Amino acid sequence: MKRFSSLAQTLGPLAGLLFIFGLFAVIGPESFSSSNNLETIARQTAIVGTAALGMTLIIISGGIDLSVGSIIAFVTVVIAALLQAGVDPFLAALGGAGAGILCGFINGFLITRLRVVPFIVTLGTLLVVRGAAKGFAHEQKIDAPLTWLKELLAALPPGEGWRIVPWGVWLTLALAFVVAGVLVYTRLGRHIIAVGSNEQTARLCGVPVDRVKVIVYSLGGLFAGVAGVLQFSRLTVGDPTVAMGVELDVIAAVVIGGGSLSGGEGSIAGTIVGALIMTVIRSGCAQMGLPNWVQEMVTGGIIVVAVALDRWRQRRKASAAV
Amino acid sequence: MAGVDSAREVPRFSMRGIAKSFGATAALDGVDFSVMPGEIHALVGENGAGKSTLMKILSGALRPDAGSMTLDGNPFAPRTTQEARHAGVAMIYQELSLAPHLPVEDNIMLGMEPRVHGLRDRAAIRERARDALALLGYGSLDTGIRVGDLPIATRQVVEIARALAVGCGILVLDEPTSSLTLADIQQLFDVLKGLRARGHAIVYISHFLEEVKRIADRFTVLRDGRTVGAGAAAEHSVDELVGMMIGRRLEQLYPRSPRSPGEVVLRAGQLASTPKPLDVSFELRRGEILGLAGLVGAGRTELLRTLFGLSPLARGEVRLHVHSGWADPPTRWRQGAGMVSEDRGNEGLAVSLSVADNITMNLSRDTGALGIVKPRHIQATAQRWIDTFGIKARSPVQEVRTLSGGNQQKVALARLLHQDVDVLLLDEPTRGIDVASKSQVYELIDRLAAGDPAASIRPKAILLVSSYLPELLGVCDRIAVMHRGRLGPARPVGEWTEHTLLLAATGQGTTS
Repeated sequence: MKRFSSLAQTLGPLAGLLFIFGLFAVIGPESFSSSNNLETIARQTAIVGTAALGMTLIIISGGIDLSVGSIIAFVTVVIAALLQAGVDPFLAALGGAGAGILCGFINGFLITRLRVVPFIVTLGTLLVVRGAAKGFAHEQKIDAPLTWLKELLAALPPGEGWRIVPWGVWLTLALAFVVAGVLVYTRLGRHIIAVGSNEQTARLCGVPVDRVKVIVYSLGGLFAGVAGVLQFSRLTVGDPTVAMGVELDVIAAVVIGGGSLSGGEGSIAGTIVGALIMTVIRSGCAQMGLPNWVQEMVTGGIIVVAVALDRWRQRRKASAAV
Repeated sequence: MAGVDSAREVPRFSMRGIAKSFGATAALDGVDFSVMPGEIHALVGENGAGKSTLMKILSGALRPDAGSMTLDGNPFAPRTTQEARHAGVAMIYQELSLAPHLPVEDNIMLGMEPRVHGLRDRAAIRERARDALALLGYGSLDTGIRVGDLPIATRQVVEIARALAVGCGILVLDEPTSSLTLADIQQLFDVLKGLRARGHAIVYISHFLEEVKRIADRFTVLRDGRTVGAGAAAEHSVDELVGMMIGRRLEQLYPRSPRSPGEVVLRAGQLASTPKPLDVSFELRRGEILGLAGLVGAGRTELLRTLFGLSPLARGEVRLHVHSGWADPPTRWRQGAGMVSEDRGNEGLAVSLSVADNITMNLSRDTGALGIVKPRHIQATAQRWIDTFGIKARSPVQEVRTLSGGNQQKVALARLLHQDVDVLLLDEPTRGIDVASKSQVYELIDRLAAGDPAASIRPKAILLVSSYLPELLGVCDRIAVMHRGRLGPARPVGEWTEHTLLLAATGQGTTS
């Protein structure tokens, strides 16, 4: 029953994705459904999709994180600076992810200690982290030696077609599976849902609410950090001004995928589908030569329609239960 | 009683042969119900008997499948709640529908503010709000106060005043006293009597049958969607009412197995928190039930919350088993204590989660290595509790919100037993649940206190907060009364009567 309903929850967005894809495949140019373009869509979804994994946990726990875009920019700067200093690329990437965790931990720490709502705390860190990135980089891009990190999200070179998509996309998918498993099969995952569903009850039941929140925001920071690594792979430089406003795309992905901003609801599969929907719209509009403003309006409309459909479905479910 | 003259008049409203089904289940099956002008009419019945469905039909929120209604002798078939309200039917729900950030006057006149030159006419708003409040004997209430700053009883008066301001002559009050103190209840009753004298028709829904006897002129009993009894409240005992409600005589509502109190497991010494309680000392032994009586707001709930680590400890000492001092809820669970919250919907249960999730919520007993959880294992565990307690749920993954109040409460209690706690802190465990469920909860509490070697249940220690005096007297071994944050001495239940408990709760008792 529950299994079925959570499946249905993902089926809605999935149907939407297939519909939009089908629409562009029919009315768009032939190149839209080429395997080349599919790979591009996957690559473009990876950054938002990875950050959205953490955001899904945060939103399920009843919170929000507006600082994601800033963390991504900060992480690219950190990686570039580390590479410049001659650090091994792998360690540089780890350092970037670590910086992300630190930012997320600070978010969680402030939210639980100061008892200030997540919206305000992360609105603050959105500015603080962005400012720190700019200060750290002296308000310019940081060049870095080219390393294998740039391959993570680069288009597949000829002869490597067996990978289907670049390693970065596989990384995103693997992380998605892990996080989905954590939500269903671990105590932490169940605690996150409990806190988001009813924080008071969770506290009464002995769920360590504050600890769960700190972990959730730290994980949010971690996934933003990994998204930062992927972002760096695309840029190959550290850019403190990159990923402006990406937090909104990330939140939109979660919400289109069935996440509820009042907490307790959301799914990883839905979130990935939500992220794909936005990329498909972008790609489809671009290939049809439609201007940027059309994409923006279409994406905005999709967000509202998706959430309205979801609420309507829930009301029906609720009235059927009476 | 009042309304003897009016009794010969046309009923204020009348419902005949009302039927309503939801899918295959018949919620109402031919209900007759009518109320005279100047009458307080109690509508009683167990949860699920059809009271709220009937009132939703009266107030236009639902439309009946069959049957007819009249209002002052004229056919009445409201299609919306607005329509019913304009016709004069006002519902006053347990959860008041007021805007806490607006002042009293704006709440009363919300949606019908008089205007001058297109702007709201503050003077007129205030005057009409005052008029409505004056009808209730609250003419001196400062109408500029924000509703959120008023005590709950006064908010209720504001809600009634709003109904009067619209001109409603039929008031339906749904469990109006469940969060009121005794003094507040008396005030509310005075207000209702005033309205009765003015010819209003009042439907009074309550689980507190003693109250029904006190305030109602007549009563109607619903059971399984049918009218099974009606009459003058003064001519029937509570026992008879209960008998009609559950369809059988209650032989023994409060079971009491032989209990043998053992060692002290919970001790408080001059315990205080901010703002309440102020000074609490008691000892609780294994194998006994200690009752905490007192008015709402006396600090009993705050005491339990402090003991359980949900509120800070300001002064004094607390000792649970061998553990001294304050501890947070996760620690308390590990130390073998568990709490049932009085606020079932908002705190006691996560109603949008499943029965299984609610029973196993902190998962301390259900996780393997690395914090891995097996959903199937949890569901099987929950199913065992569902069977043990006879919880009416289709499956362990059913959402808790779809259960009835009594079954929800059993889920909350199952959580404590699943954690295998020794010390149970129960805050109003039978609030808002029907009589049959209550008696099951009493049986369970008794079994836990006495222990059950057959089911390898050791005797537990139970601290029970209740505002329902018969329940305290029926269930507890000892009772202590709390008054304004201070706890009186605990005495054996035999030394208390409802009368002396009430006196002590209001601070007039001989506490020496």
